[in-house]
Amino acid sequence: MSKAFQKHSMRSLLYIPGNNPSMLQNCAIYGADAVIMDLEDSISISEKDSARNLVKHALRDLDFGDMSIIVRVNARDTPYFEQDIEEIIPASPDAIRLPKVDSASDVLAADELISRLEEINGLPKGKIGIQAMLETARAIINVNSIAASSPRLVGLTLGGQDLAADLGIRATKEGYELIYAKSAVIIAAKAFGLQAFDTVFTDVNDPEGLRTQTELSFALGFSGKAAIHPSQVSIINSVYTPDPKELAKAIKIVTAAREAEQKGQGVIAVDGRMVDAPVVSQALRILELARLAGMEVSEL
Amino acid sequence: MSTNCVRNSLGRLVPREIRGLGAVEPFSGPYARLDGSFIWTASPVSRRVPTISANKVVSSLRAAIERSGLQNGMTISFHHHLRNGDAIVSLVLSELEKMGYRDLTLAPSSLGDSHDCVADAIKKGLVTRLNTSGVRGEVGKAISNGYLESPAIIRSHGGRARAIEEGSLKIDVAFLGAPACDRLGNMTGVIGNTACGSLGYAMVDARYASHVIAITDNLVDYPLSPRISIPQYLVDQVVVVDSIGDPSKIATGATRITRDPLQLYIAELAFKVIKASGYLKNDCSFQTGGGGPSLAVARYVRDYMKSNSIKGSYCIGGITGYMADMLKEGLFRTLFDVQSFDAAVIDSIAHNPNHVEADASWYANPFNKGCLVNDLDVVVLAALDVDIDFNVDVLTGHDGILRGASGGHSDTAAGAKLALITIPSMRNGVPSIRERVQTIVTPGETIDVIVTERGIAVNPRREDLIARLKDSGLPIKNIHQLKKDIEAITGIPEEISFQNEIVGIVEYRDGTIIDSIRKV
Repeated sequence: MSKAFQKHSMRSLLYIPGNNPSMLQNCAIYGADAVIMDLEDSISISEKDSARNLVKHALRDLDFGDMSIIVRVNARDTPYFEQDIEEIIPASPDAIRLPKVDSASDVLAADELISRLEEINGLPKGKIGIQAMLETARAIINVNSIAASSPRLVGLTLGGQDLAADLGIRATKEGYELIYAKSAVIIAAKAFGLQAFDTVFTDVNDPEGLRTQTELSFALGFSGKAAIHPSQVSIINSVYTPDPKELAKAIKIVTAAREAEQKGQGVIAVDGRMVDAPVVSQALRILELARLAGMEVSEL
Repeated sequence: MSTNCVRNSLGRLVPREIRGLGAVEPFSGPYARLDGSFIWTASPVSRRVPTISANKVVSSLRAAIERSGLQNGMTISFHHHLRNGDAIVSLVLSELEKMGYRDLTLAPSSLGDSHDCVADAIKKGLVTRLNTSGVRGEVGKAISNGYLESPAIIRSHGGRARAIEEGSLKIDVAFLGAPACDRLGNMTGVIGNTACGSLGYAMVDARYASHVIAITDNLVDYPLSPRISIPQYLVDQVVVVDSIGDPSKIATGATRITRDPLQLYIAELAFKVIKASGYLKNDCSFQTGGGGPSLAVARYVRDYMKSNSIKGSYCIGGITGYMADMLKEGLFRTLFDVQSFDAAVIDSIAHNPNHVEADASWYANPFNKGCLVNDLDVVVLAALDVDIDFNVDVLTGHDGILRGASGGHSDTAAGAKLALITIPSMRNGVPSIRERVQTIVTPGETIDVIVTERGIAVNPRREDLIARLKDSGLPIKNIHQLKKDIEAITGIPEEISFQNEIVGIVEYRDGTIIDSIRKV
């Protein structure tokens, strides 16, 4: 599997306040697949400049290993947005997380700015992805056009707290009240080949609550989930880790499918049961998750 | 001083003779005196027999000191169970100064943040020699800057008990703070406004000091109940004072588990090592401290034992409310409490018969007939620095100034089957794994695993453990590689320069000299 693929397959995305040098320095040790260096909600107005500076230098100077590096900038309607993009893009993160995306035009505006900066800084065109955060009812009804808006878009996610506020409802631990919005985001993302990430679980002292909610995220089809504390990372990863028996079966299916393909056979059977394309596709996803979890998967 | 020095088996230059202690032996291995051939002689105690009708309660501290027969040049002791709220040391030193005493040896079980007054006593010549487990703040600076006439002697808790019992540390007068005491001197720390829990260290002083003065702010009806920790037959006098300490700093609430993500992560890794080591099973014994990631390790251990229905044998050492809860839940059969770390243990130690108040000798004296640490399965320890030979420094900071405590570190490491160090890979940008630590307190031979957030190093001596951890999926690294990885971020700090003068010596638990501390 290529490194690039690994870098973009993300079960856990750890938020780190962009103004905390020690957390930035240590963020790679907790086992998250991605870090989201935050310049937005966790940073007070008086700290915006120093956070931006710190993140810029961290991107240039620190070694984050195989983690994907995402920077959450401030929203388009704030006075910080353009400066965030202008200073962060030259440091070449893997993606920008764009908050408060209400429509395709928000993505396109960011895309245009990033494209210009990529060119000026000699970066490969389209190298830096965009993750769009949908945080309002309006965004949810526009989800399909947002998902289709730009080839630079690599993922969609929800802003759970803001969305609940916009809907005038209270966000619960289980998160059932956002099921429709979550499903809408997942289906739009899948339809356009994007990843879909679930919103954070805010109670850092409730590991069981996080596990339950992450199990729901996984069942619904989210590619991964954001964490607001390092202790949440291992729980999220464990929910996304296949059972060894499930993995063994997936290996059998993929091996049989490859052999059938080489022999030009159509329908195949594994352990006496018919295996068709959707089953193979599910098995491939299990192999991908197993590799992310560091489980032994022989090259297929 | 350096002309009369010798290199010990760890290559450290240590003195052969120390004023006040006489000739001393260099360290020659943690188990060199534990092979069954070493003969140890406990010293007899000489005491003046009181008259049969003596009234022990005296009118003032000054009167008690006068009656004790204390003279210049003698040794006085204290316990540190009152933690940072302790007022006894400053009360007594202040009275001794007013009475014109000089040239005393101070031998507390340890010194903490409330004892800066000792630095003044050293500078004024009231105290000229110091025996302790630990020092903080101004006292550390005074020692490191060479204010003592003789080198400070740093001992482990077990080593102190041994030294007292064999007479190499001879206490003339012990001033023992008592949260509750009756008129004949029965005392305890489990009740009272200034309750501190166990009096484990003070028990040894009471048994071997020539003269014992109980100092209390809570004189209760005779006989003291519900518990007598130190019995009347060991106590010469009782002094009642207004306050023996600040209850808000003695009876602190339950020690809380750290919320620092880095420390929690180190704790999680440490727990995974313990789990993979195979020692966490029925009848296991366990010790962990109350600070840093230690209590967080205990949380993982607790959850694992609960979900796997494991029932342990005992926990020892400094005991927190968290451990008392584990006792209550039946996860361990017994707690041996030498020192209570927080007030949350008070109810447990006072009322649970399986929460046993253990003295420091029982805890860790290597030369008695079986101390508790010898049967430990797992101990989780902290450190200031470690080195590539797994030696541990818990005494000197990055600037070379004394600021730590030997405590039960070397005792438990020597006894436990799995001695594990949890340490952040760097502090304030300075790496924690060094080529050689400044001061060796615990020899690397007794340390099995070092856990940092950037990798775990297993002592190459423990081939069995290396094999057991091989497929654990844990980030195991060679210690040299781990050091290199950390230095890739921090760089290599310059060595501190010291003067030749020896200002302190670190006595290993068996009485040999493991390292010396030089003037800064």
